[in-house]
Amino acid sequence: MKKLVQRLSRRRFLKGALKGGAVSIGLPLLNVFLNDNGTAYANGTPIPLRFGTWSWGLGMSESIFVPKKTGANFDLPEEIAALAKVQEHLNLYTNFHVFQDDAPNLCHHSGWVVLRSGIAPTARANLPGETIDVSIARHIGNATRFKSLSATATGDVRDSFSYEGGNSVNTPEWSPLRFYQRLFGEGFQDPNASTFTPDPKVMVRQSALSAVQEEARKLEKSLGAEDRARLDQYFTGLRDLERRFDLQLSKPDPREACVVLEEPMDLPTGLEADLVATRHRMMTDLMIMAVACDQTRVFNMFYASAFSATTQPGYDKPHHTATHEEAVNPELGYQPYTSWFTRRAIEEWAYYVQALADFKEGDGSLLDNSFVYATTDQSFAKLHAIDGIPMFSAGTAGGRVKTGLHIDGGGSPGCRLGFTAQKLMGLEIDTWGDKSNTTSSEIGDILVS
Amino acid sequence: MKNPWNDCFATAGLVHWKRIILATMLSAFVSCSDSQSSITAEQLDFGSPMRTRLLTADQYTNSIAQVFGEDIASSVLPPIPPMARTDGLLASGTAFVGVTSDQVSQIQQAAASIAAQVVDQDHRDFLIPCAPEAKEAADSSCAALFIKESGRLLFRRPLSDSRLVDLVRIADYAAEQTDDFYDGLSLALEAMLISPDFIFIVDRAEVAPDAPDQRRLDAFSLASRLSFLLWNAPPDEILLQEAEAGALHTQEGLTNAVDRMLGSARLEFGVRAFFDDLMAFDEFDSLAKDPVVYPMVTGTTLEHAREQTLRTIVDHLVDQESDYRDLFTTRKTFMSMQLAAVYDTPAGEGWSPFEFDEDGPRLGLLTHVSFLAANSHSVRSSPTLRGKALRETFLCQRVPDPPPDVDFSSLEDAEDAATAKERLAVHNTNPSCAGCHLITDPMGLSLENFDGAGRFRETENGASLDIAGELDGIFYDDIAGLAKATRNHPKLSACLINRLYAYGTGGPVSLRDDRDMLAGFEDRFVENEYKLPALLRDIALSHAFSHVRSVESEVKIRDTLRIKAPAERAESANALAKMEEE
Repeated sequence: MKKLVQRLSRRRFLKGALKGGAVSIGLPLLNVFLNDNGTAYANGTPIPLRFGTWSWGLGMSESIFVPKKTGANFDLPEEIAALAKVQEHLNLYTNFHVFQDDAPNLCHHSGWVVLRSGIAPTARANLPGETIDVSIARHIGNATRFKSLSATATGDVRDSFSYEGGNSVNTPEWSPLRFYQRLFGEGFQDPNASTFTPDPKVMVRQSALSAVQEEARKLEKSLGAEDRARLDQYFTGLRDLERRFDLQLSKPDPREACVVLEEPMDLPTGLEADLVATRHRMMTDLMIMAVACDQTRVFNMFYASAFSATTQPGYDKPHHTATHEEAVNPELGYQPYTSWFTRRAIEEWAYYVQALADFKEGDGSLLDNSFVYATTDQSFAKLHAIDGIPMFSAGTAGGRVKTGLHIDGGGSPGCRLGFTAQKLMGLEIDTWGDKSNTTSSEIGDILVS
Repeated sequence: MKNPWNDCFATAGLVHWKRIILATMLSAFVSCSDSQSSITAEQLDFGSPMRTRLLTADQYTNSIAQVFGEDIASSVLPPIPPMARTDGLLASGTAFVGVTSDQVSQIQQAAASIAAQVVDQDHRDFLIPCAPEAKEAADSSCAALFIKESGRLLFRRPLSDSRLVDLVRIADYAAEQTDDFYDGLSLALEAMLISPDFIFIVDRAEVAPDAPDQRRLDAFSLASRLSFLLWNAPPDEILLQEAEAGALHTQEGLTNAVDRMLGSARLEFGVRAFFDDLMAFDEFDSLAKDPVVYPMVTGTTLEHAREQTLRTIVDHLVDQESDYRDLFTTRKTFMSMQLAAVYDTPAGEGWSPFEFDEDGPRLGLLTHVSFLAANSHSVRSSPTLRGKALRETFLCQRVPDPPPDVDFSSLEDAEDAATAKERLAVHNTNPSCAGCHLITDPMGLSLENFDGAGRFRETENGASLDIAGELDGIFYDDIAGLAKATRNHPKLSACLINRLYAYGTGGPVSLRDDRDMLAGFEDRFVENEYKLPALLRDIALSHAFSHVRSVESEVKIRDTLRIKAPAERAESANALAKMEEE
């Protein structure tokens, strides 16, 4: 990856802008745009706050996952030992519960749906409400080219924990090459380019969109209520597109860390753990650059599905099968192969956190200006347990969150972390969740007072 | 299954098809002759639900290919989200899937890419039917010519005058802004490609002139329904002309149109698309096998496995017009060099007809590598997945999810079991497991002579395999027995008809509302010796396929049948009435 170097006085301010014609901008474009604290651009615009999610499948082996100690400097049992280098950047949450109430416990489904939407699903096909990233993107995602971005390390386009509604799943990027092309192909505006020329086609697109909407409104009259709602959703997407076009008519703010990467090779399909890890790292690098280039401020990364079918070469059970069929080793007290899969997931979580932490922005890093919410689908997958489901967060959300902590939830709703995340992102909500998952209680221990 | 209306049907013929459907519905109450004489025009108002479907990824690609050529179509990944498999079909999910904001932006990106290629130097002379007076300026006449024709093909119906004016205005404005006629045209085309009229297949209905209390699909909606069922593509020029001329609303015109489509080489694409969906071959998009365990199975191998089965189906059902049931016992197939290693047989370059050994273990679709590999884990076979797929895919039976509170500890004792049969036997010791596993495992275990990649094996881990089994009361000793039991299963034909009708009308069937009509189709299928083209013809020409079901008529028919309409139906009736008032 290319590095932008050379630190100049932050007081040097670049003027110019810019609708309607080519604009020359002096180079280099570094953190000259930041204030002296590195928390805002020189014109006073704060460095944007970002929200991310990360997900892994099939929970944990509690005896070697949950630290003995709570609070700071918690111990790292062997299943999460890979977090040593990034421990200072994250929090671990254990003993938080997911409640099904009168809904069935849908194996590998209820857990993640509740933690992402706050609502227990009533059937496997049921995706109630909307996911937390969608709510947050509606609030902080309107100033970027993409409202949100989702990617999966599984190579399967069906793997997503992000949805706008029951039948409207946000499709993840599943191919590194395609993801690259979407980010840096047609429509990409390099925020650090020396010149900016508004594309007259964009203005035309805006007016064309109005015509499309107007004409298609007539279509709605012939539809039933459900189809009309689907079409309304489509119109919402078109209006959103209009806003994105509007953004393209202005010169984007320079972004210190934004570099157009080289086009990646694509990868074969498959879920062998090393291949998944390679795909995860490629997608992570692209996703982080998308954030660094301010293409999006809401980003979802999917390491493994709830029914994770990740494989270990030479072992005849994929991860999910292993959780159910592998015996708990009486001497070790856990399932060795199952734990091997979980450890691989935690290694990738560590990579993800480290990559965000290594990405410089201002005086800190991308991670410092982000809050990443990481969840899974079960606690002890062998028994489809959802009590004590583990969660992580990473990042300080612009200094608002303390990190390096292990928080014991004392059996309170896991939705408290999602609620806290939404409050951190500025959503004006008093409660979040449904029935026993409802909470109005932030996890105060992690908040900077 | 003997339907009491068979005799009626045999004498009625297609002209009276719609009468027969209703007559079949009333069969519990009246005799054949009574029913026909007592049918009123009101009672004939029975059709399929109106639906708004999102194009599938293949339909998107096929639409672009049909209008602008395969090179442009293949250069763009279709910006269509994955569908939720609904009642066994992705196609049935198209009537429910929503389009997120992110997806709309992907649709726009694809539109921009397609439009730019259509007007580029390589394509404009072929795809644009005129040249502008000046390349640097707007040319309304030329723009109108292109937009009118391409819009008609993309929207699958003629553009209204006001729509045409709006789009030409966009093209002119864009040409002025960019000083380029072709850029202007591409931006107008972009607008068409992101329009819901292109992205969604919307059923539109009208009052039937000769039966004012019935609602039929308008001619263009019917044309789309026909072409997506039979070709998996939008209507071609001839079909659009037939729709414009009103021919599709006459019995003779509709019959001619359907027969032309059934006789077209494009029928293969429609049949392929349906079976690809039915057999959940979308799994192959992300399917892989552990290279350590199955080193001879690559991505190409799996692609060829999918292709082998689709070729077999098309040859058997379309080219040979053979009995659908025989797909489960036929030894005829096709072979490629890439598949030969898995089948342990020599093969030349390309695809060639192939016949499995008369005395060998392979016969029928269940023994194809596609079925065996797709319904296995990446590292081992899965009798449970295979049994589940057999039941759900071909018999339309639903295997329940495992209960959440299963005690898996007994499985641990089977860790060292040599065979899957021994492993799965422990399920039978746990009542909460046994219920489902007894549904799936007996027939899945009969396929254990094939490993997780579909290769034949005599033994598993050195242990011999007992493949005797049972399918719904039919006991057998070997794979041929399973194949025969599947072929002769009483639900096999009904399941195909259920799925095909759902596929054609864009959503799941209602077992309450459609049951008797589907039984009528099944009787015809039997009469026609289980030939798929005849079944497609019956469905395409049926009254229900071309008419939409009004809520009022459903209530009326239910009252006739003394079935009380549930409250939610009443709510829908109110909603529809309100919508129609608006």
